[in-house]
Amino acid sequence: MSLPLQDLCRVAPEIVLCAFAMLVMLLAPIVPRARHGILSTISVLGAGIALAATRFPAMYPGAAYSGLFRADAFSLFVHWIVCGAAFLVILGSTSYLQREDLDAGEFCALILLATAGMGIMAGAQELLTAFIGLEMSSIASYILASYKRDAPRSNEAGMKYFLLGSFATAFFLYGIALFFGASGSTRLDMMTPLANDSARTLLKMGLGFIFVGLAFKVAAAPFHLWAPDVYEGAPAPVTALLSTGPKAATFALALRILADVGAASPLWFWALWVAAVLSMFAGNLAALVQTSLKRMLAYSSVAHAGYILVALATAAATDHAEAGIAAALFYLVGYALVQLGAFLIVAQLGGPGERHVEIEDFAGVARRQPAMAACLSLFLLSLLGLPVTVGFLGKFYVFNAALESNLIWLAILLGLNSVIAAYYYLRVIVAMYMLREPEQEIAAEPVPWTLSLVLWIASMGTVYIGLFPARVIGFAAKAALNMR
Amino acid sequence: MTGNDLQSYAPLLLHLTLAMALSGVLVLLSSLVGWRRPSTTKSQPYECGITPTGDAREPFSVKFYLVAMVFILFDVEAIFLYPWAYIFRELRWFGFVEMILYIGILLVGYFYLWKKGALDWNRPAVRRDRAS
Amino acid sequence: MVPISYYLALSAVLFGLGVVAFIFKRNIITIFMAIELMLNAVNLAFVAFSRALGQLQGQVFVFFVIVVAAAEAAVGLAIIIVIARNRGTLNVERVDSLKH
Repeated sequence: MSLPLQDLCRVAPEIVLCAFAMLVMLLAPIVPRARHGILSTISVLGAGIALAATRFPAMYPGAAYSGLFRADAFSLFVHWIVCGAAFLVILGSTSYLQREDLDAGEFCALILLATAGMGIMAGAQELLTAFIGLEMSSIASYILASYKRDAPRSNEAGMKYFLLGSFATAFFLYGIALFFGASGSTRLDMMTPLANDSARTLLKMGLGFIFVGLAFKVAAAPFHLWAPDVYEGAPAPVTALLSTGPKAATFALALRILADVGAASPLWFWALWVAAVLSMFAGNLAALVQTSLKRMLAYSSVAHAGYILVALATAAATDHAEAGIAAALFYLVGYALVQLGAFLIVAQLGGPGERHVEIEDFAGVARRQPAMAACLSLFLLSLLGLPVTVGFLGKFYVFNAALESNLIWLAILLGLNSVIAAYYYLRVIVAMYMLREPEQEIAAEPVPWTLSLVLWIASMGTVYIGLFPARVIGFAAKAALNMR
Repeated sequence: MTGNDLQSYAPLLLHLTLAMALSGVLVLLSSLVGWRRPSTTKSQPYECGITPTGDAREPFSVKFYLVAMVFILFDVEAIFLYPWAYIFRELRWFGFVEMILYIGILLVGYFYLWKKGALDWNRPAVRRDRAS
Repeated sequence: MVPISYYLALSAVLFGLGVVAFIFKRNIITIFMAIELMLNAVNLAFVAFSRALGQLQGQVFVFFVIVVAAAEAAVGLAIIIVIARNRGTLNVERVDSLKH
């Protein structure tokens, strides 16, 4: 057996991420603590090189390692999202780590490893690889969620994430076991025609379990109850990562299973339909009554999972699923940019120990920190779905795809929910611009240049893709076509 | 798939029943026939040897858990060595290089643990006080 | 030979027990053990299918499940130790500072 060079090229981003994670781990105990900034620099570099290394799988598309992994336009697209998210989060969290006196080396290494896991999930063509990727990203995120070791709330977030996450993993695995029993293989692309009815029943049950497991991981209702607690308790930059990267990767995995195992789509279609409607309502209605901005954004992320599920339901409803898949991918890009930016702003404005994350604390931010207030407003408006922003186009494509597949009710509920959501997003903007500042002065901390750079990238991206979506949606459509 | 298959397990079942019955009878007999004169010395965990100090159910030092966790990790990773060793001859140099890589990755983790002091038993418990 | 349905039934029962224990137990360690029980039910199902279908894939999967479960256990126990240190309790109902 010779060294499979092409196979290595197809997993180049993962290799780069893992190599840099190990490099950081080797350096972390050697470099003195005062100079840990260099570890962040190396990690940012690693994420950037991984992003650039997606060039290799683009050059050699195809299945790698006898079908365990697949490099195609779809996996490439998701790789961009997760590697980009890692890049922005590591860059944006350097100042946070210094402020909170947290160990930078382990933090960055864990983010890189989690991202490698997400990349593996995006390219998985075999459920074994999908499982390994899912666990790589999950286990690293359990540690990240409880990263503030001495803060009870962070511990609690880690514990809840760990318990519920492992529970979901068990469901996912049981589903795979039944899938294996039905088809005699765990390869997604080698679904042999099933022999008999009992095998078909097994497959349906298996897909049901897999659905529950994945729904837990993306925090879709009714399996979303852990998300608000975890997102609120975890350090804000970690929340920024948790609510974007793993979500994109898990949705990618769900889409691939959906595309490859079409036989059970009626079942998945209704499961997706119900989960989409429940997530939209559960997320938006609960977000209305939150007083903490962090918790409100957590509930809003549940609602956004609902919007993406609408796109997935659309993909499951018809034979030409491309519109739905492309809409989901496009939505994920916009959502990741905006959500990342919003949580990083919360991390900065929350102050030491993140004590000021209530919506009241944001009163008068526009006067204290006009640039931050403008960025946060832009992100919230994009989450709300205002034209000119990427959020509007994301919702528009999902809405359109739903209408084209004759899912009128789903489209109507989507529109209704966007209106509900407007209330709580605007409330924050009103607080920032119109309310008077609280009695005790909250000192305005200077914004570090790294965070400014991240916010600049995120807001530019939000507007740019909002105005000129052609390239991104074009690539998303190509990725969707490529999956078949 | 029917009773025939299960019948092959009949001797095992018989053996199990006999063993349980025998042990049950012995315990029962000794408690009925034998007599007991309990004393403090007899009821100690060890009748001879070191005098026990304190209760056995006191909480362990958390260091035990740390070492146990690290042990479990490195122990279980060795599971992949078995199938590899089984087909090592077929894999030749490719398999050798892959395994070196795998062990190299494990060593990175080991190095990290070592340098972080997780293996140092006598390290004073570090609790940095932070303004919370 | 024992028919495969017996193994599958046992696996399903174990998995169900794990789910029930996960929902009703209050001690974090016990909940954690419930998850391990579920994972072992999965392993049993994999091995049973693997034998019935005459394919080794299922057994390979079990290897990976065991290894990942060990990694998960290490991380989980570390989190539990930190919780016990900071709060002095392992009852999930009393670890609730995030509920408003």
